[in-house]
Amino acid sequence: MSVPDLRSSPFEPSPDLPPPLMMRGTWGWMRENLFSSWLSAVLTVGSVLLLAWILPDLIRYLFIDAIWSASDGEPCRAPGAGACWAYVNAKLTFFTYGAYPRDQLWRVNSVMASGAVLAVWLLWPAAKGKAIAAVLFFAVFPIVAFGLLTGRTPFPTSLLPSPGSEIDIGVVAPALMIAALAILFIFMRRVWLGGVLLFLVVWFLAAAHWNFLGLTIVDTDKWGGIFVSLLVASVGIVFSLPCGVLLALGRRSRMPIIRFLSIVLIEIVRGVPLITVLFMANTMLPLFVPDAWSPDRLLRPLIGVALFSSVYMAEVVRGGLEAVPRGQYEAAMAVGLNWRRMMMLVALPQALTAVIPGIVNSFIALFKDTTLVAIVGIFDFLRAVDTQRLDPAWAGPSISATGYIFAAAFYFVFCFAMSRYSQMMERRHAAGRKR
Amino acid sequence: MATASNFRPRQVTNANAIEMIGVHKWFDQFHVLKDINLTVRAGEKIVICGPSGSGKSTLIRCINRLEAHQRGRIVVDGVELVEDVKRIDAVRRDVGMVFQQFNLFPHLTVLENCSLAPVWVNRLPKAEADAIAMHYLERVRIPEQANKYPLQLSGGQQQRVAIARALCMSPKIMLFDEPTSALDPEMVKEVLDTMMQLAKDGMTMICVTHEMNFAREVADKIVFMDRGEIVEANTPERFFSNPAQERTRLFLAQVLR
Repeated sequence: MSVPDLRSSPFEPSPDLPPPLMMRGTWGWMRENLFSSWLSAVLTVGSVLLLAWILPDLIRYLFIDAIWSASDGEPCRAPGAGACWAYVNAKLTFFTYGAYPRDQLWRVNSVMASGAVLAVWLLWPAAKGKAIAAVLFFAVFPIVAFGLLTGRTPFPTSLLPSPGSEIDIGVVAPALMIAALAILFIFMRRVWLGGVLLFLVVWFLAAAHWNFLGLTIVDTDKWGGIFVSLLVASVGIVFSLPCGVLLALGRRSRMPIIRFLSIVLIEIVRGVPLITVLFMANTMLPLFVPDAWSPDRLLRPLIGVALFSSVYMAEVVRGGLEAVPRGQYEAAMAVGLNWRRMMMLVALPQALTAVIPGIVNSFIALFKDTTLVAIVGIFDFLRAVDTQRLDPAWAGPSISATGYIFAAAFYFVFCFAMSRYSQMMERRHAAGRKR
Repeated sequence: MATASNFRPRQVTNANAIEMIGVHKWFDQFHVLKDINLTVRAGEKIVICGPSGSGKSTLIRCINRLEAHQRGRIVVDGVELVEDVKRIDAVRRDVGMVFQQFNLFPHLTVLENCSLAPVWVNRLPKAEADAIAMHYLERVRIPEQANKYPLQLSGGQQQRVAIARALCMSPKIMLFDEPTSALDPEMVKEVLDTMMQLAKDGMTMICVTHEMNFAREVADKIVFMDRGEIVEANTPERFFSNPAQERTRLFLAQVLR
């Protein structure tokens, strides 16, 4: 085969392309997105037909034929009845709080409300005073929440000077002075010092005078529902990120023992199913400590979930650290930053930004995995839904289905919100950093 | 409020800024530095040149311990570099470095790049560190870019920010590792001008570069390296007009076409 001699044939411009079809307006958009080729036209028509087949039934089931109010399951058992929202309505308190005493629900509500306010304060990009929010959320909130939810003094009672039932001015006055000092530290940008100090003061004050509030004790076997699911998820999320970062740094450490221990922990926990970790946390944790310190039955799966998600987080963060170019570490060392500051100020901000999708992916997986704590006897939201459909007053096929639809909607709303939030953060972090 | 006039570069206190005595370094089996002996006096400007792979970069990276040497001694302004974090930190505070690929921190603005180390290493208040940063950004003539991110700047501007970032620690010694090699040709001059200004102000400098005109104009001594050895160290006049070694002649014939 001979190559045609391009020089001998004269240059002929190819014919002009036709002007583009009208690309604006509804028709232009549809032509571009729905009917750009015969394949996409077939898919469009097929999808529309599928929706036309499913949607009317779904809407009729969920809304039109749905039973919105009823005193028991009788109307929902009638033939042709749709979703039984009356059942969700009647059981909403149980779905939310489990068996928590009904006259004490304000304790759960105030914890959830203050947690939500602090979380929004921390996560809202434009919010001011993030340092204060962080100290409140990570130092003060856990103590107060523990005290409110359990009704127990949030302090090992054996360490207290005298667990009194009345306010002792000799204890409160110095404690308040130290608290003022701690707040001063926070305003002077010594956030860590101030935070730890404030944590200890609040802890101690709460402990010394908790009984003064006269709260009844509510043990964790009464806890349940959405509130427990959110608790397990929040504890998992709050612990998994810092623990994951530490494990990732440990795995890249130049110190052989730390590296070895990190690798062993990561590989072992990652190599077994979450259910196994939960069972082990449930049965083995109590064996390691004296009887008196035996961890609470809710605390055990909390530790298990936090540990499990930490090792996944560690691998996500390690991926981010590997993606930071060597030159960044060298430049950080060359300007004199020590290892800790190099990691905190240069490597981790870049690494974590790079793996936001992976981090949120882990959070979403963790949020849904909290349903597994039911296996070790924790009464989470899904379990609450699952048990209530056995209530004879509310038994019926569409009633069960409605419970599960409600549960699915709950998990979807939270996971979708996390996903959208992460996309917003990605865009914010990308802004200005690219050409 | 700190004012820009307070900032005077610190000076090397010993007669010799850097002493390298019988330094050897290996990367596994590969002998990258062979018996390096080099003394840099206070205020001296050294240019290191040589073919790629000759160990030039490794040599200057040993001076601030980005690489550890395995035999011999390196003393930087009286502090000997050994495996001791305190000494290494002390040396790194005294030695600024500029890299071929700039290595600016992309997640920080230009101003934050410059004030990061003054705040976190020298523990200066934020306002003072910012004033220092602005002072040096003015010296490299890009104060108006202070609030942009590095990737929004041209290569030449990024490299000048990198110089300003190093200067913010008021180093006694500056190391330049092929600072113009990654730049588009029309941006080389702005970076070289900045370096010449720095040289005029009396900074002790070691430059790895192939910019022979810069070497001729600025260097007190030119060091030619090949295969991990210092082949020749000479004044610019002798180096260019009458090199002592045959290998130097061959190299110059290649670079001075």
